[in-house]
Amino acid sequence: MPRNRVTAVLGSSVPRPRPQPFPSRNRSTLRRRVIVGILVLLSLVLITISFRAGSGGPVHSVKGAGATVLRPFEVAAERVARPFRDVYGYFASLVHVKRENSRLKQQVNELRQKELLGQSALEQNREFRKQLKFVDSPRFPADYAPVNTRIISWATEFEQQVSIAAGSDSGIKQDTPIVTNYGLVGRVTDLTGSSAQVTLLTDENSAVPARDQTTGAIGLVRHGQGENSLLLDFVRKESNVQRGDVIVTAGTRSKQYPSLFPGGIAIGVVTSVGQSDTALYKQIQVDPYVDFSALDAVTALITHKRTPKAP
Amino acid sequence: MPADAAKAAGLLFLVVVVQLSVMANVDILSGHPNLLLVTLVCVSLLRGAVFGAVAGFSVGLLADAGVFGTLGFSALLLTLAGYWTGRYGETTGRDRAHAPVLSIAVITVLYQISALVLRYMLGEPAPAHHIFAALGPTVLLNLILTVPVYSLTRRLLRPREWVTREVRLLG
Repeated sequence: MPRNRVTAVLGSSVPRPRPQPFPSRNRSTLRRRVIVGILVLLSLVLITISFRAGSGGPVHSVKGAGATVLRPFEVAAERVARPFRDVYGYFASLVHVKRENSRLKQQVNELRQKELLGQSALEQNREFRKQLKFVDSPRFPADYAPVNTRIISWATEFEQQVSIAAGSDSGIKQDTPIVTNYGLVGRVTDLTGSSAQVTLLTDENSAVPARDQTTGAIGLVRHGQGENSLLLDFVRKESNVQRGDVIVTAGTRSKQYPSLFPGGIAIGVVTSVGQSDTALYKQIQVDPYVDFSALDAVTALITHKRTPKAP
Repeated sequence: MPADAAKAAGLLFLVVVVQLSVMANVDILSGHPNLLLVTLVCVSLLRGAVFGAVAGFSVGLLADAGVFGTLGFSALLLTLAGYWTGRYGETTGRDRAHAPVLSIAVITVLYQISALVLRYMLGEPAPAHHIFAALGPTVLLNLILTVPVYSLTRRLLRPREWVTREVRLLG
């Protein structure tokens, strides 16, 4: 007879064996519910404190500790994954390579001509500034020291934020601008000694005063409708912004609201300009130079020059 | 039990790191695979509701801290995900082959929608159109991850023995 077979006789007083419960059922229902209730309550309390505390207090210290613990592992995982991501990126980019090549060749010719004109204008500008003894706010890139660092983690699809492997120990502060070779990426919104959170330009809470380099029209760059798309908002209808115009950061334009970003950092190129009879401003779509989904390394711009403030 | 907890903790810590530094940036047909959620569901199915809830809370907290997010946000969602999956594993889903696949599909949809609602309630950006457009591919990617992750988790945390007793009635 098999070991776990039990024989019962009908009508006898032999007690029927009680069914073996699933191990987790050994714990009482009440205990289980209490544990889950406590965890849910704790989560809600943490959310509330986290929301009210902002960027300081004990919750921030907990976050900092968590980020510090994870940092070396994230750096290691990122290093391991990088070759695979590069291979994927290489094959993915092959799909559009031919069309992109011809577009870039055309662009190189145009830019070569513009560069010659730009060099001469730059020299002239430098000379005029010297003659005028012009007092200026920090200028990009001359007055900024770069801190080059790597992206170590990405937030969820809900948030347009990344973490970088450098923090206040490297001189990074709250609101430090973050760029790549291609253009503006975003700004630091939270940091610890060894890492920092960067809110990207494509985040719903980001807004950057920007300028059309060709016409000088001023607006505010913020997130657009699709992924990796931006809008240049609050540009007056009289402005003659054209498709293909380059959009750069405007720097500080108002003494009440100083910009966090120095002027002259490239943001993107205008892809479409529209306006309706009822709207007060033009609807301008901007294609960012930075590919926010393929960020790898970024540069934090540190300046020790004080931004002049209005009296 | 302590050995189980240690193994699960090690696995989930590794998964948090991989999720934050690698998987969070993976975008395939607008879908974002969530390795952390998939692993948590598998662990909860094998180890029950309380284990799932505690594991969900812990990894959620770690994930929130790792990305400077709102502390408690992922912890709340993953606690509930772990608890419900664990209950399903203890009751209806026990010994059913389709349980992991079904759990992942349902929990992924619920997780995404709950996250959206919670973000909306907290006054944070909640791009519903973007999330609903990506929901199908995300579920599909999570389902693809389910098979290897469940088999690995099952190997690591052996399913508890369910001793069936046969009763022979003698007249």
